[in-house]
Amino acid sequence: MSIEIKMAWRNIWRNTRRSILTISAIVFATVLLIFMLSWQFGSYETMINTAVKVHTGHVQVQARGYREQMEIPLVVSDPAVVKAALGRTEGVAAYSFRANAFSLISSKDRTYGALVIGIDPEGEMKVSTLKQLVRTGEYLSPGDNGQVLVGRLLAKNLRVDVGDELVLLGQGRDGSIAATVVLVKGIFSSGEDEFDRGSLHMPLAYFQEVYGMRGAVHEVVILGKALDDTAGIKLSLEKSLHGQGDNGDLAVLDWKEMMPGLVEAIKMDLLSGLIMYVVLIVVVAFSILNTFLMAIFERTKEFGVLMAIGTRPGRLTRLLLLESTGLTTIGIIVGVVAGALLTWHFQVRGIIIPDAGEWLRQFGLPERMYPQLSFLSISIGSGIVFIITVLTALYPAFRVRLLKPVEAMKAV
Amino acid sequence: MMIHIAWRNIWRNKRRTVVVLTAVVIGVWAMIIMGALMRGVADQFVRNGIATLTGHIQIHARGYREDPVIENSMTDPLEVEEALAAVLPGDARWCRRIRVNAIASNARHSSGLTLVGIEPEREKGISFVGEAVSGGRHLAPGDRDAIVVGKSLIEKFHTKLDYKLVLMSQDTDREIASRAFKIAGIYEAEMEATEKQFAFVAIEAARGMLKLRNAVSEYSVLFQNNEEADSAAGRLREILPADRYEVSTWKDLLPLVTAILRMYDWFIFLWFFIVFIAMGFGIVNTMLMAVFERIREFGLLKALGMKPRLIVREVLTETLFLLIIGLIVGNLCGLATVYWLSDRGIDLTAFSKGMEFAGMARIIFPIIEMKDLLSANVVVVVLGLLVSCYPAVKAARFTPVEAMART
Repeated sequence: MSIEIKMAWRNIWRNTRRSILTISAIVFATVLLIFMLSWQFGSYETMINTAVKVHTGHVQVQARGYREQMEIPLVVSDPAVVKAALGRTEGVAAYSFRANAFSLISSKDRTYGALVIGIDPEGEMKVSTLKQLVRTGEYLSPGDNGQVLVGRLLAKNLRVDVGDELVLLGQGRDGSIAATVVLVKGIFSSGEDEFDRGSLHMPLAYFQEVYGMRGAVHEVVILGKALDDTAGIKLSLEKSLHGQGDNGDLAVLDWKEMMPGLVEAIKMDLLSGLIMYVVLIVVVAFSILNTFLMAIFERTKEFGVLMAIGTRPGRLTRLLLLESTGLTTIGIIVGVVAGALLTWHFQVRGIIIPDAGEWLRQFGLPERMYPQLSFLSISIGSGIVFIITVLTALYPAFRVRLLKPVEAMKAV
Repeated sequence: MMIHIAWRNIWRNKRRTVVVLTAVVIGVWAMIIMGALMRGVADQFVRNGIATLTGHIQIHARGYREDPVIENSMTDPLEVEEALAAVLPGDARWCRRIRVNAIASNARHSSGLTLVGIEPEREKGISFVGEAVSGGRHLAPGDRDAIVVGKSLIEKFHTKLDYKLVLMSQDTDREIASRAFKIAGIYEAEMEATEKQFAFVAIEAARGMLKLRNAVSEYSVLFQNNEEADSAAGRLREILPADRYEVSTWKDLLPLVTAILRMYDWFIFLWFFIVFIAMGFGIVNTMLMAVFERIREFGLLKALGMKPRLIVREVLTETLFLLIIGLIVGNLCGLATVYWLSDRGIDLTAFSKGMEFAGMARIIFPIIEMKDLLSANVVVVVLGLLVSCYPAVKAARFTPVEAMART
């Protein structure tokens, strides 16, 4: 075996220029794939994290059917039960309670509809980035009865600023009319137009009072220590909540169930990316196929001699495969190193895509994007390149078996 | 003569030529297909944007876009309509709308939406709602209490045809005007978000509810093609006094879409470039092989007195032939594939929620644009010749003696 490796190695460097060009093609493909995959994974992670931190948390406990219908009577009537269950659950980093009601919001001379969200100011800080999103004015504190945070576009539509008065008119838990007057304490901006135009936050205790919630909430928002804890938290919560018998009306949802669009968009983006990469690698494969084919064109005589002195065709095939996998391996090693360095460089510095800022913001993405180097992106990237190149090399390697020693030796 | 030699040279080793041609063909094919699909996605953004009550040009009272309330309406429609009549070509269409933010509610649900008062006949062909009514009936001119809402809104509100829906909005006196409508029709739109956002009533009903006499909050104009908007908008701006009116084109109204268009221009070009690099390695390598195989030949030519410049030209001509054959076949394959896809499209309904999330249509149709076709071909030819300068110069540098000494 070792003699074969030695031969293959020397054969690779018989034509340095050609080998280097071929290796460069493989390096190029590997670098590109590692970078692009890291880019995609990085943006997915940012998207998921932002969505989770701004909107849903990793896991939520809600009344069954609340997510689809958003009806105010569908409540988690006893948050303490969930709290107790959470105490027994592992992997939970933080949790908080929320309640929502669609209401009519009027300023002095404008009226708009928006979702009023009751939040626990202290708990919310641990599960969401709302506090960091407050651009003018201040974040809520627990005792702030009658004060609210308004989305930037809603504030603009209502023509209000910090300190102005708003009248809220909605429907309470029991169907009665809920009305109150509040002051704008702060204005937040997430960059997502829908959120900034359509929501308003107030302290949960005050919300419960105004909307007659009788201590109930709509959502228990749970943040795990890491994204991967989601499944475990969901499972153990379901067990402990449903184990208590009378809580069959509570649903435990993970972020994927709450944001099916995000999950599908990621799948679609990944799929279309992979299609592009495969097409690209096929082009690269045909580009380097000639190098591999040269073995038959140029070295026919050599193979004829080898066969004449008793080398079995299997051995020739093995030799050629060793040469091509050798080339590929060198290319992939260099590519992985170069790709990792390049990706790491941008992972530290970030990249700005021209003209994409506004678009990215709608998905909660920052203008400056950071690729995320991972074992997965490196292995998938180099894996695709390796498989397709080696497949390409199979043809010449098996083709060589068809040579007839006598004729082959006659070749020039 | 040179052309003749070059043509014969590339067929000296058929298999090698076919292999590198395959690389070029697949590359060009991929450029055209992927470029057309990206263009198709970008075009859907534009078309959706324009059909979702935007049109090519909109005219508002100054201040309405900043603060879209009913007080900021145009109270003298005649003035605008005369200007429209003077400026627009015969095949352009326009319509009047009342458009306000409102709150819709029934017994159990309420939600914010945009209430649009339309002229059902005129609206046809301008925005999506003209043809989108799938259940019940469309609005008739002068309908006093009929409303047409989106399918998703119906689901969200757990209601159905002929049920009541109460709409509230601010009227011209800044009082809350509220009125009950009967759901007469249900429309379906490309995006769920659209279905939840817009509810349509006849323009007379909207005026009645909001205590307007003949005011209009929005004029929307649609041309036969997107390019006509800029010049017409320019002329409208000259006629309509700028202190009272604001004329906007779809590019102003849909800044996000315009940004996406520019971004896609970049993506498409980048894709061309990357695919070229992938095939560039093959071109250089193949040409190098072809050159090195013929060292003796080049040596002989030089010994006979052929100028190096001519040798460079000879090798480049060979490359050019390769590229041109590859381009012709690649373009034909690409165009054929696009043609085949043009009435099927790529159905991504399996990812419908993801498409909705990304603001994209469920079916993508590829679109060939002349500029993409042109830039793909130019990239391949120019860069292809550029990279093969390396083997060409290599060939020209062989000195006769050392070249002929080789076997």
